[in-house]
Amino acid sequence: MKRHRKRKLAVIIFITLGLSATIGLTLFALGQNMNMFYTPSQVALGEVEVGRNFRIGGMVKEGTFISAMDSLRVRFETTDFIHSVPIEYEGILPDLFREGQGIVAEGSVDARGVFNASRVLAKHDENYMSQEVKAALDAASASEAGQFLQNRPE
Amino acid sequence: MIPELGQFSLILAFCLSILLGILPIVGAARNNFLWMSLARPLAAGVFVFLGLSIGILAYTFVTDDFSVQIVAAQSNSLLPMRYKLTALWGGHEGSFLLWTFMLAGWMLMVSIYSKSMPVQFVARVLGVLGVLCVCYILFMLATSNPFARIVPLPPTDGSDLNTALQDFGFIVHPPTLYMGYVGFSVVFAFAIAALLSGRLDAAWARWCRPWANFAWAILTIGIALGSWWAYYELGWGGWWAWDPVENPPLITWLFGTALIHSLAVTEKRGVFKSWTVLLAILAFAGSLLGTFITRSGLLTSVHAFASDPTRGVFILGILVVTVGGALLLYALRAPLMKSTVGFSLVSREIFLLTNNVLLVVSAASIFLGTLFPMVYQAITDDLISIGPPYFNAIFVPLMIILVVFLGVGPMSRWKKTSVEYLINQISRVFLASLIVGVLLPLAVLLKFSIAATICIILASWILLTIGKDLMNKVANKSSFILGLYSLPLSYYGMLFAHTGIAVMLIGVGLTTYFSSERSVLLGPMEQVELGSYTFVFNGHEEIRGPNYIGDRADISVMENGSDIGSLFPERRIYLVSGTPSTEMAIDAGLLRDLFITLGEEKEGGAWSMTVYVKPFVRWIWLGAIFMALGGTIAAGDKRYRRVRGREAYKNNKEKSEAYLQPAS
Repeated sequence: MKRHRKRKLAVIIFITLGLSATIGLTLFALGQNMNMFYTPSQVALGEVEVGRNFRIGGMVKEGTFISAMDSLRVRFETTDFIHSVPIEYEGILPDLFREGQGIVAEGSVDARGVFNASRVLAKHDENYMSQEVKAALDAASASEAGQFLQNRPE
Repeated sequence: MIPELGQFSLILAFCLSILLGILPIVGAARNNFLWMSLARPLAAGVFVFLGLSIGILAYTFVTDDFSVQIVAAQSNSLLPMRYKLTALWGGHEGSFLLWTFMLAGWMLMVSIYSKSMPVQFVARVLGVLGVLCVCYILFMLATSNPFARIVPLPPTDGSDLNTALQDFGFIVHPPTLYMGYVGFSVVFAFAIAALLSGRLDAAWARWCRPWANFAWAILTIGIALGSWWAYYELGWGGWWAWDPVENPPLITWLFGTALIHSLAVTEKRGVFKSWTVLLAILAFAGSLLGTFITRSGLLTSVHAFASDPTRGVFILGILVVTVGGALLLYALRAPLMKSTVGFSLVSREIFLLTNNVLLVVSAASIFLGTLFPMVYQAITDDLISIGPPYFNAIFVPLMIILVVFLGVGPMSRWKKTSVEYLINQISRVFLASLIVGVLLPLAVLLKFSIAATICIILASWILLTIGKDLMNKVANKSSFILGLYSLPLSYYGMLFAHTGIAVMLIGVGLTTYFSSERSVLLGPMEQVELGSYTFVFNGHEEIRGPNYIGDRADISVMENGSDIGSLFPERRIYLVSGTPSTEMAIDAGLLRDLFITLGEEKEGGAWSMTVYVKPFVRWIWLGAIFMALGGTIAAGDKRYRRVRGREAYKNNKEKSEAYLQPAS
């Protein structure tokens, strides 16, 4: 091989290696930091392993909101109208947090089945339902139809 | 009647921009001077009619004409006047009109400040901008008419501007961001004009540079304003959240940054030509991507407009046509633009190439992280989200490497630099920045953190290399002042912008690692301590604003026992929409911010609240101001004007030749 060809080959190999390393690392980082989304039914039925970080979305169940009188601790249940999951959170809730509103929470489930939220999100625009909450409700109503046929075991 | 005039004016602008998109470009191809010379008047016409249109829309907002759909949706008779005016860009339709108007504004600027460029070139640039105008106005007329009426029964009052938007940040952030975004369309048009003419040389880069620098400077300010607004309005004290809608401006900014560096090489050395053109196209694509993401309804985010899918498809169409067309043209023409000059392995060219590679890779990985959830959902139907850890894990290391090179780059020489020379120059600087980095945080904040130390080391590395370089530059001048005077403005521009990076790094490092916060429940006259500060809750009172009611807490702050003032965080309920809103109270300072968010009232007059101490957080935005200043200074370099005179002469000659052509 001639000298300038060798050089060109070296450059091409270098670029290919660099590129594949970058893409590999990026995909690895993506996989590590992917938060899956689960509906209250999936969580209540134990589809998620304890301690894993994920997002849950649903409506805040009416009449379940309790807030501690001496701290910022709050507890409420999120529901897709079939199953509900208790959520505990310490901190100030977003402005639009209300019973009957859709929320998305980030965190993990503990052994008791309680979701410990590190972040609670509610939409800024109240006419607007978050994609995640909508998906949860849709999934619930679909499975509800299915479960009615099997005399739903609750 | 008046809104219809606005729409009529929009249609007129549409007709004029069709002419602008066709005649000058065809004229340039056929050397028809008359057609080319139509470019400037047509651009002015498009500007005037779009201006009229947006002025009329503003008028309908000010006069509370609730028969117009977007006025009814985004305004209210109780809204203060400053928000009535700006509610115009509080929704999809109005903000897109603003976007298009900004483009027309840039177009007008190009037609005024291009006297030195050849007629053919100006005709092509304005023609390309005209094509963009056609796309945007067509989009408005077809899918999102800002002047649409509610017939037959208009509401008596509007449903109010989203409460999160009723703030000073909303007045300044969108126009600035749009102006910066759209500015890259100008650079894009320059690139396309160069591809069309096949003339891509140092002169082209010289014409292009001030525009790229200026657009970049405005985009920097626009992003910083957004970050500042999110910081004080959204209430968790963060200044960057890697929100899917924050990312496209950053992607555009990173491409833009790569572009202004690559343009420097193209101007000075005549290399990286096709790469520069590609970057111009990518920066423009980034700006369209931002529009697509916010307006297509693909994402759920603070910024997303409630929307219908046809708009998304339409914008995707614009994206495919303009960017796809540009890339096709690029593929056809780029191989013709070979550089003939070489450079060695250690040279300023290589350092700038490294800068470009790092910036483009980081932009690409942010792009990947932003779009990945959408692609994933389309393929598997599962919803996922990519959190900040991903972006931090990729972006931070890349930026660290970038900053290391940033110090060396300006000191190296074009074509070839000896490694010994560089080592000789920087070894002591490197040691000094190590020492400063370790000692400074300890001395100022009495705390230690590895990450913050790295930030400070990098910041002082930038500042000290700048100082060293400056000393080198003036060393052989008769006096220091005379030496400073003889340096070109573009050098000072770089100096300011790089200093801005250092200032921002200091802010980011110290805020991220030394901020403290506490969430507490305070009864009247109870207090909480945080660091050297004591916050005393003096009670609350009920307040009433023009369109809201609420509670205001009175909290006095003491530093090491001495009183330094009071803070008044609020919780408001907006009357029309019934939406609650939290208003933070901030005591801002150069060295630290004190920040209080009010939660809710509990038993016995006690309130929940979170208090924050955020050291050096202002430096983040101060750094952005430095960068923008740098970009503006560089754009004003004498070099671009001096060359204008020479080009004007050549241009006149060309003109007279062009006059002769039709006759022959």
